[in-house]
Amino acid sequence: MSEHGFTKNELMIAASARTLAGERNCFVGVGLPNIVCNLAQRTVAPELQLVYEAGVFGARPARLPLSIGDPTLVSGSTAVTSMFELFAFYLQAGLIDAAFLGGAQIDRFGNLNTTVIGDYGAPKVRLPGSGGACEIAIHARRILVIMRQATRSFVERLDFRTSPGHSGDPARDRARGWFGSGPTSVVTDLATFGFDEETGEMTLLTLHPGVSIDDVRANMGWDPRLSEPVGETPPPSEEELRLIRSELDPEGVYTS
Amino acid sequence: MTSKVATMREAVAELVRDGDTVAIEGFTHLICFAAGHEIIRQRRRDLTLARLTPDVIYDQMIGAGVARKLVFSWLGNPGVGSLHAVRRRIEGSDPAPLEIEEYSHFGMVCRYVAGASNLPFFPIRSYFESDIPNVNPNIKPMRSPYEDGTEVYVVPPLRPDVTVVHAQRATATGDTQVWGLLGCQKEAAFAAERVIVVCEEVVEEAVVRRDPNRTVIPGVVVDAVVEQPFACHPSYAQGYYDRDNAFYLEWERISKDPEALEGWLKEWVYGLENHAEYVERMGDRWDELKPGERSSGEVNYGDYS
Repeated sequence: MSEHGFTKNELMIAASARTLAGERNCFVGVGLPNIVCNLAQRTVAPELQLVYEAGVFGARPARLPLSIGDPTLVSGSTAVTSMFELFAFYLQAGLIDAAFLGGAQIDRFGNLNTTVIGDYGAPKVRLPGSGGACEIAIHARRILVIMRQATRSFVERLDFRTSPGHSGDPARDRARGWFGSGPTSVVTDLATFGFDEETGEMTLLTLHPGVSIDDVRANMGWDPRLSEPVGETPPPSEEELRLIRSELDPEGVYTS
Repeated sequence: MTSKVATMREAVAELVRDGDTVAIEGFTHLICFAAGHEIIRQRRRDLTLARLTPDVIYDQMIGAGVARKLVFSWLGNPGVGSLHAVRRRIEGSDPAPLEIEEYSHFGMVCRYVAGASNLPFFPIRSYFESDIPNVNPNIKPMRSPYEDGTEVYVVPPLRPDVTVVHAQRATATGDTQVWGLLGCQKEAAFAAERVIVVCEEVVEEAVVRRDPNRTVIPGVVVDAVVEQPFACHPSYAQGYYDRDNAFYLEWERISKDPEALEGWLKEWVYGLENHAEYVERMGDRWDELKPGERSSGEVNYGDYS
């Protein structure tokens, strides 16, 4: 718990949940994104359907899911599908409005690396790989990213591009004909970023309470584009904190 | 029809051969660890292991030296961290190199679909502007032969020599019913040359015929049926036992240390005759993993006699 009365993770969760306002069908991951989506469903996005790549649509988890295929996602859900159906009919056909992705590395255009650090053939660190991320990045109408910020993860050049983001040329990106419009939001432990409509470049929107622009610059591999003006991330409300602490993660698994 | 019921030892001895491509499928749910342990116990070698998510089961099998190649789409300990035995082999060829061939989840699923449907390839709208096709030449770009000329990528069929699936129940002849997450077990079974079904319970044919919509795999593609309760631990069987997250956490420590891994294999695989001994050794853990009741209602199929 910081001097502000909430933890960094609680702030990241609340800031991310607000970006889901009014959304319908959201691809969820485990960990923070799961809490974010459940918080959004109880606050800014009451119509939100939680979709899991394991083959669940409209989940109503009765406990904090500890894996992407937790049995609590199945009990009480709207539909259980084969993975083929989930990826083909729901994702590839354009039904998914928003999805959460993260990675070991992200670049200024929101391209993500979850495959390898170092050379692919002789890796320094072998990471998990794509899972569904590569196709989610292409088909989900917008991508929300939650990542801790550091110079080794916010890099000028990815070691491997697993999941495509923006190219730097928005006209070209629109001509790709994908349902996906790439990442629209990045929430870190220091700040929130959007993506500039003319350049596709990650742009600093707000600083978390107590964080300076220099702190942000010191924890990323390029000098970030700044919005005019750079604001402050609103702190989590009492109601958001109550939901997180008493309903969504009462044991503080992901939020403490 | 004649019964296909066998013990795990018999099924593995007869159907899994050195050099085979083996798929033990199940996405988080219904991962048949007991089959993996028996393959380790019988010291199969040079296997190609295929699975979307290698999970702890393939870390155990690869740590035990049964495989020369891994085909996958997400390599991790779900919700926990890494598969260190696999990583040691990829990052440092320790103790031996491991060949890898990787896809995305949808790519892997569609490889099984192509295999199950007797198709030469399957087109998907994945991999654009990704480096994955650069490191896997089996993923190829293609233009639709129809007028719109849409660009897609295609993936090749995956036809395992052996697919192992776990189910809540099956008949002695292999009609298999599953509920909860379905993963791609159906696709992987239809794609395979030989199929081993492991189940919590072998049931009478009448049980299956009462609820045919729940049948995922028909006995016609099944070669052996093994009744082996709790065979998925630390994975789970919906309605029977919960996922043992504490074990997944514990595996992070074991898998990091080659000696601890070897010790674990000695104690829990080589040192045991079969999975029944594993179940007994787990003691009271099963009570903690037992879920409460949440039954579906019944539907009326109608009587048309």
